[in-house]
Amino acid sequence: MKKTLFDKVWDSHVVRSINNGPDVLFIDRHMVHEVTSPVAFLGLKNRGINVLYPNRTFATADHNTPTINQHLPVADPLSANQLKALEENSKAHGISYWGLGHKKNGIVHVVGPEYGITQPGATIVCGDSHTSTHGAFGAIAFGIGTSEVEMVLATQCIMQPKPKKMRITIDGQLSKGVTPKDVALFIISKLSTSGATGYFVEYAGEVFRELSMEGRMTVCNLSIEMGARGGMIAPDEKTFEYIKGREFTPEGTAWDAAKKYWDTLYTDEGAVFDKELHYTADEIEPMITFGTNPGMGMSISKKIPTAAEVEGAATTYKKSLDYMGYDEGQDMLGKTIDFVFLGSCTNGRIEDFRAFTQLVKGRQKAAHVTAWLVPGSHKVMDAIKEEGLLDILHESGFELREPGCSACLAMNDDKVPAGKYAVSTSNRNFEGRQGPGSRTLLASPLVAAAAAVTGKVTDPRTLY
Amino acid sequence: MAYDPFKVLKSTAVPLPIENVDTDQIIPARFLKATERVGFGDNLFRDWRYHQDDTPKADFVLNDATFSGKILVGGKNFGSGSSREHAAWAVYDYGFRCVVSSFFADIFRNNCLNIGVLPVQVSEAFLANLFAAIEAVPKTEIIVDLPQQKITLSATGASEHFDINDYKKENMLNGYDDIDYLTNIKSEIENFAAQTPL
Repeated sequence: MKKTLFDKVWDSHVVRSINNGPDVLFIDRHMVHEVTSPVAFLGLKNRGINVLYPNRTFATADHNTPTINQHLPVADPLSANQLKALEENSKAHGISYWGLGHKKNGIVHVVGPEYGITQPGATIVCGDSHTSTHGAFGAIAFGIGTSEVEMVLATQCIMQPKPKKMRITIDGQLSKGVTPKDVALFIISKLSTSGATGYFVEYAGEVFRELSMEGRMTVCNLSIEMGARGGMIAPDEKTFEYIKGREFTPEGTAWDAAKKYWDTLYTDEGAVFDKELHYTADEIEPMITFGTNPGMGMSISKKIPTAAEVEGAATTYKKSLDYMGYDEGQDMLGKTIDFVFLGSCTNGRIEDFRAFTQLVKGRQKAAHVTAWLVPGSHKVMDAIKEEGLLDILHESGFELREPGCSACLAMNDDKVPAGKYAVSTSNRNFEGRQGPGSRTLLASPLVAAAAAVTGKVTDPRTLY
Repeated sequence: MAYDPFKVLKSTAVPLPIENVDTDQIIPARFLKATERVGFGDNLFRDWRYHQDDTPKADFVLNDATFSGKILVGGKNFGSGSSREHAAWAVYDYGFRCVVSSFFADIFRNNCLNIGVLPVQVSEAFLANLFAAIEAVPKTEIIVDLPQQKITLSATGASEHFDINDYKKENMLNGYDDIDYLTNIKSEIENFAAQTPL
């Protein structure tokens, strides 16, 4: 029987299937962070059970951490308490813990790949919807709720019906200034935030083959924003090259054995998907969002669509534009912005900082713009310094903060004030996502850089 | 965490005819700092429900005494975005036992099922019917019958079948959760793990 990449990985992890019910799916690797795990650990305690396989779970603090003065005690008592809970729970159960200030600390979906925890053909879960990031390596990776976090801690399994399969193929070559983020925002704008609900997506075609591993991570990261549980890309030489030699990557004969399995991870010719979509690279331009969900995105040079041009309820669409302070038919180019956020599990990796720095080099940050540049991990932060990017950023008037999720979800103090506009490389532009009343324009690191130096929405291609 | 079994729920409903209600609206991130599952209902729909000075927004449905009940009826694509189970906890803690919509985001749906909130997916037409009926008679009764997998408007008898898999249905009817099931097959899991290198 012809199988898809997804079938191969899923089927090999099914412990048992329940008739007219879910599959019991074995989880190879589980990542936990401070926000969605404490109630799960409490649940274990109440049931009087231990973590079944502590060496399959990895803990890092990221969502609720400050991005300045990380060497000082955390000022917010609630945040401090939650961070302490993660540390204590990890220690009590023998789980590897990379807390605040640890040299391996960073956003869970950035550090997983950095240290080789993420591997092809693995099943990976975390109490965070952007776990889909790890699909870039040909893993089945998806976000779960806290009840399921408890389930995985207790039994290393979760219970899920097998999702349907979708393949999105994009051939051709991306033009200059078009980044992996634009590819993802383009797809989401076509599908809407619910267009892939119920599906697991495979990305195929020349565009994804040509992307770097970090670019693939950005695309897979955003799979959830079109409703998909996850997205994945078949592993290739680029994948193996990336993971080789990392701390948790197998070595020697273990590598050889693993490689034999990894080499089988592709969709068989003739395998059937429940849905197939095709686009071409030349349809994709630098993108920006104008509304309050990631599906409300458009090419940066276009005009905001009218309610009549989009699917869905007109009242909800108008409510969204009202929140943003925008009108149908307006240009996005030239709109004034107040904040720029470079970072998050979507765009907080070294290639994102390189792209941003390259564009701001020789220019100055616009005086009225507040810019938060937040590396995804200590490793990224170190690279920014070692590669000399920090000096260039300083010369252009930018500061670098310390690693964490930061203004992506604004659990810490990095909050965009009410009514202010932020061009953000993160993943969600929901109402209040970056702080109560904040207004978010999602975009690539290049569009963010162009906005940072001009103080308004600007096509980065005009600044080359 | 065990929850009360769900069998037949007869209740009035609270209408929220907005599409794409994401979990950041259901509960904003700044209220996720607790280490115990208590008090989340207070912050359900926080920023739609309260002004920034914490005074209630009079025009939001949860602040309108006209509407009440254990059933929340939401627009299409309910619960998208963040995987935070806190959203489902907030819905439950506020007092809802059932959410009705024409489409649910996957993770939210799972989270609800895992904590004893029944997600009932109906057709667009039936959803429109529900919204119209509640608007016309705010205290109209809705019956959600899990054994029969049927949702009914008492006043007119209009009803629709809804889907739920047998396993989850059994769990909801008895208040079981997945850990109860998985604990029972632990040796099978251990055998599987032994053949699965880290």
